[in-house]
Amino acid sequence: MSSGSPVLSIGALEVGVRRRRGSQAIVRGVSLSVAAGEKVGIVGESGSGKSLTMLAVLGLLPPGLDILAGRVEFAGEDLTKAAPVRLRQIRGAGVAMVYQDPMRSLNPLLRVGYQIVEALRAHGYDARDARRRTTEVLGMVGLADVERVSGSFPHELSGGMLQRAMIAMALAASPKLLIADEPTTALDVTIQQQILELVASLQAQTGMAVVWVSHDLGVVAQLVDRVAVMYAGRIVELATTRRIFQRPSHPYTAALLGSLPRPGTQHRGTLQQIGGRPPDPASAEQGCPFRPRCKYATERCAAEPVLSVRGAEQQAACWLEPGSWST
Amino acid sequence: MLVAIARRLLSTLITLFGVAVVIFVILRLLPGNAITASLGVSAGLLSHAQITQLDHFYGIGESPVSQFTSWLGATLTGNLGVSLSSQKPVAGMIAQALPVTLELGIMALAIGVLLGVFFGVAGALRPGHIGDLAGQALALVGLAVPSFVLGTALVTFMSSTFHYFPSSESYAGLFANTWLNLQQIFFPACVLGVGIAAAIMRTTRAAVLEINTQNFVRTARGKGVSERAVVWRHLLLNALVPIVTMSGIQLGYLLGGTVIIEEIFVLPGLGRMLVTAINNRDFPVVQSVTMLFAAGFVVINMLTDVFSAVIDPRSKDR
Ligand SMILES: Nc1ncnc2c1ncn2[C@@H]1O[C@H](COP(=O)(O)OP(=O)(O)OP(=O)(O)O)[C@@H](O)[C@H]1O
Ligand code: SF4
Ligand SMILES: [Mg+2]
Repeated sequence: MSSGSPVLSIGALEVGVRRRRGSQAIVRGVSLSVAAGEKVGIVGESGSGKSLTMLAVLGLLPPGLDILAGRVEFAGEDLTKAAPVRLRQIRGAGVAMVYQDPMRSLNPLLRVGYQIVEALRAHGYDARDARRRTTEVLGMVGLADVERVSGSFPHELSGGMLQRAMIAMALAASPKLLIADEPTTALDVTIQQQILELVASLQAQTGMAVVWVSHDLGVVAQLVDRVAVMYAGRIVELATTRRIFQRPSHPYTAALLGSLPRPGTQHRGTLQQIGGRPPDPASAEQGCPFRPRCKYATERCAAEPVLSVRGAEQQAACWLEPGSWST
Repeated sequence: MLVAIARRLLSTLITLFGVAVVIFVILRLLPGNAITASLGVSAGLLSHAQITQLDHFYGIGESPVSQFTSWLGATLTGNLGVSLSSQKPVAGMIAQALPVTLELGIMALAIGVLLGVFFGVAGALRPGHIGDLAGQALALVGLAVPSFVLGTALVTFMSSTFHYFPSSESYAGLFANTWLNLQQIFFPACVLGVGIAAAIMRTTRAAVLEINTQNFVRTARGKGVSERAVVWRHLLLNALVPIVTMSGIQLGYLLGGTVIIEEIFVLPGLGRMLVTAINNRDFPVVQSVTMLFAAGFVVINMLTDVFSAVIDPRSKDR
C-alpha cells in the first residue's frame, strides 16, 4: 500500500466534452493516488478511459475534450489550476509520459537524439550537458549503438528501438513519475517483455513512481504494487496486485482474471469471453455500467454502486456482499 | 535520392520541349504571318517577287519541322531573334523587362507567404475563434476577387484619394531610384500578394490543423517544450512541404497575374511586353516571352519537388 505523501493525486476527475448545456463525461469520477516510488497499474478494455485519464494529468487532452471537474495534484499542487508556464515545467521534469505508438510519437523530420536534447533544453540544460545526458540515457535503456540511434531519423529505427528511445526521452529530465500508456501494444511479444523488464529495472535504479496502463492484467501484474481496474470511464476495483489475484471483489475483475492466459499455453484469452461488448463510457445508461454483462446482476444494480472498502487494501464498486460469490 | 532528382530533371526537360512545340504550333495557327504582321494592310500591295523574297527571309516556305528546329536551335543558343515592331533584339528587351517582373513576383510572393503562414497558423491554433473565422472569410474574398478587379480598384482609389497615378512617373529602376521603385512595385505586389496569401493561408491552416492532432506534437508538448518551439519545430516544420508546394503553384499563377497587373500599374515588365507583342503580332517576342514563362513555371515546379525531397528524410529511402 502507499506510504509517504503522494506524487500524484487524482480526485473525482471528470473528463469529457464540454457543452453549453449538459456536458458529456467520458471519464467519470476517477480518484487515484500514487505514492513516491510506487508502481500502479491501470487495467481495462479498450475505450475504458485509461488514456484520457492519464492525458488529463498533464493537460494533454486532444482538442474537444476537457477536464470537466475534479483535481489533479502533483506533489500537492493542483495542475488543473496551474499556469501554462508552470505546467510546462512539470511536463517532462515532474511527470513524463511514454505513449502507445512509438512509430508516430516522434517528429519524423528530426533526429532522435535531437528530440531528446530538445526535451532537456526545455528544462534548463545547456547544449553540452543536454548532449551528454542524451548519450547517457540512451545507454541506460540498453540501446547498443547509441551514436547511431541518436543520429537516426525515427523511420530508420525499429518499433522496439524507438520505444526504448522514447523511454530514454522520458527519463532524461529525471521525472518523479513515469506514466507508461500501453507502451508495448504496438510491439511484438518478446519485445514487450524486454520493455517491461527495462522499466522495472529503471524504476528500481531511479526510485521514480510508475503508472503502467495496459489492457492486459497479466502484463501489469509483473510490475506493479497496486492495480486500478477501469470500466466505462470509472474505477471499479482498486487493490494490491496480490489481493486482485487472490480475491477479486468485482465481477469484471474476476472476468478479466478468467481471461488471462493459463500457464503453459500459448493461447491468450481475450475479454470477449466475458460476452457482450464494452459499453460506451459516454452512454447515459443509469445503474451499474457492467450490468448488461454481469451474471450476478440483481434489481439493486439499477442504481450505480460507488467504490467502497472491501478490506484493508481493497475497494470495489459493486452491490454484491464480499464473499457472497465465488469465481 | 540523386536518381530521383535526375529523373525529375529529365521529365522537366521533356515537359519544356512539349511546351516549345505547343507554343510553336499555336502561333502558326493564328491568322496572318510575319509579313502581314510587320507590314500590316500594306502587305497586300506587295508584288509576287517581293513576297517570295520575304517568305525566304522569314523562312515561311520551309517545312514546319525545319522551322521549328531552327527556332529551337537559335533559342537554345540565346539568339531570340529581333522584334518585328521595334527592330530591337528580343534578348535585350527581355533582359530589361525581366528584373521588373522578378522584383514584382518576389515581393508579391513574400507578402503572400508571410501573411498566409501567419494567419494560417494563428487560425489553426484557435480554430473557430473570431480571428480564425475573419481570416477564413478574408481568404475567401481574396480567392474570389480577381486581381484585375482589385488592382483597378486600388488604382482608382489611389488616384482619387491621394492623386497618385501609377503612370504619372516613368518606371524607376531598383538601383537607380530605390525609394521610388519600391513605391511603384509595392502596391501591385500587394494586389498579387492578397491572392497568394489567401491560398497559402488555407493550405497552412489545413496542414497545421492536421499535424496538431498527430501524436508527435503531443509528445513535444508532453516533454515541456514551449508553445513557440512546438509551433516552429514541430507544426511548421512538418507543414513546410505543403506550404512550399502551394507557394510553387502560386508562383506559377503569379506569372500569369503579372501580365494583367503590369498593364494596370504601367510597369515595363515581361507581362506588359507580352500584351503589346500579341497586339502587334510580334511573333519573336511572343514566342520568347511565352517560352520563358513556361520554363519558369516548370522549373519552379521542379524546385519545389526537389525541396520537398530534401527536407523529408523519409524520401531518401524511396
Ligand atoms: N478526441 C476524442 N473525442 C471524443 N471522444 C473521444 C476522444 N478520444 C477518445 N474518446 C472516447 O473516449 C473513450 C476513452 O478513450 P481512451 O483513449 O481513454 O481509452 P483507453 O482506455 O485508453 O483505450 P485503449 O486501450 O484503446 O487505448 C473512448 O470511448 C473514445 O471513444
Ligand atoms: S453492481 Fe450488480 S451489475 Fe454491477 S458488477 Fe455488481 S453485481 Fe454486477
Ligand atoms: Mg489508450
